[in-house]
Amino acid sequence: MKPDEIITILDQKFAGRIKAKNLEAKDPFVVVDPADLVEVCRFLRDDSRLAFDMLNCISGVDYLEPDPKKAPKAGFDPHMEVVYHLSSFRNKHRFVVKLILPRWKDDIAGAIPEVPSLTPLFNMANWHEREVYDLSGVWFAGHPDLTRILLSDDWEGHPLRKDYEFPLEYHGIRGR
Amino acid sequence: MGWLEGRFEESVLTTTLEQAINWARASSLMPMTFGLACCAIEMMATSASRYDMDRFGAGIFRATPRQADLMIVAGTVNYKMASRVRRLFNQMPDPKFVIAMGACTCGGGPYYKYGYNVVKGVDLVVPVDVYVPDCPPRPEALLEGLMRIQDKVRGMKDFTVNRPLDLPIPSRTGYTLLPAEQHELANAL
Repeated sequence: MKPDEIITILDQKFAGRIKAKNLEAKDPFVVVDPADLVEVCRFLRDDSRLAFDMLNCISGVDYLEPDPKKAPKAGFDPHMEVVYHLSSFRNKHRFVVKLILPRWKDDIAGAIPEVPSLTPLFNMANWHEREVYDLSGVWFAGHPDLTRILLSDDWEGHPLRKDYEFPLEYHGIRGR
Repeated sequence: MGWLEGRFEESVLTTTLEQAINWARASSLMPMTFGLACCAIEMMATSASRYDMDRFGAGIFRATPRQADLMIVAGTVNYKMASRVRRLFNQMPDPKFVIAMGACTCGGGPYYKYGYNVVKGVDLVVPVDVYVPDCPPRPEALLEGLMRIQDKVRGMKDFTVNRPLDLPIPSRTGYTLLPAEQHELANAL
């Protein structure tokens, strides 16, 4: 099934709840509200025309230009995106769903934004969500065991945030 | 008797105890089986038949730190691993030596600037005797490092090295020294 047909089906089913769509991109995508994510993904998985039975990956993207001189020319406002790549073995097509989040929840620096977990729908979301939480700092509400997966448990901060500051000392070992 | 024949008069050999022990130690260094990243592949190649580390007596890779006296830190050390490296080092019996193999262990290497999780040189974790830079070093380079360790062992005056148990603090600033003319330029700006 072509991406424009998928988007048409989604538009019919979730009228007005698809925030944005892009067909020109190499991987055509739709943007949905975090509150609608589980519903949309359940429809994408269970509808027999779509049958997206595999979640390939989850990515966290931090849109921030840390250099204040370059920030006006960056072409985006600071925000976070979470990208879900879905594919279907049965129908041999794929699709992308994106969420747009604030960088910090309620504009409190350090409070990471929250999205619903997809682990009940796709088991492969489990470790991917832990990795996004670990490195990009997005809280997946409803995840069964949302702990750090790569860095040690007592690590502070989320290193793939653009404004992350490197540790100067970790458990008595100097950073430089 | 092969090549030994006729070398020693009356079959009597005189030496000092230190020299004899140092000779024995230098000829039978036992490295620890311990590879962290891609440098370990080169270390395996060094110990395999083509380069044959056993020619220098260091071919027996011990599977436990209690039996090893040479630690070849082969690969990127990150903060999560650093405490384990330190612990393994502390578990080795006393005349113990460390080779920092590869750019990452010498000073962070390619991860120096943007590696949030990489220790900038394993000498922040364990005292290093010989640095073998390159990325990864050729097996010949590691053999050269091993021979320098053997030189250190042969020069030992005491039977032990008596390393301190706390963390070493190397005297380096973390800043790279520029060549002289560039240094002047940077100061002028």
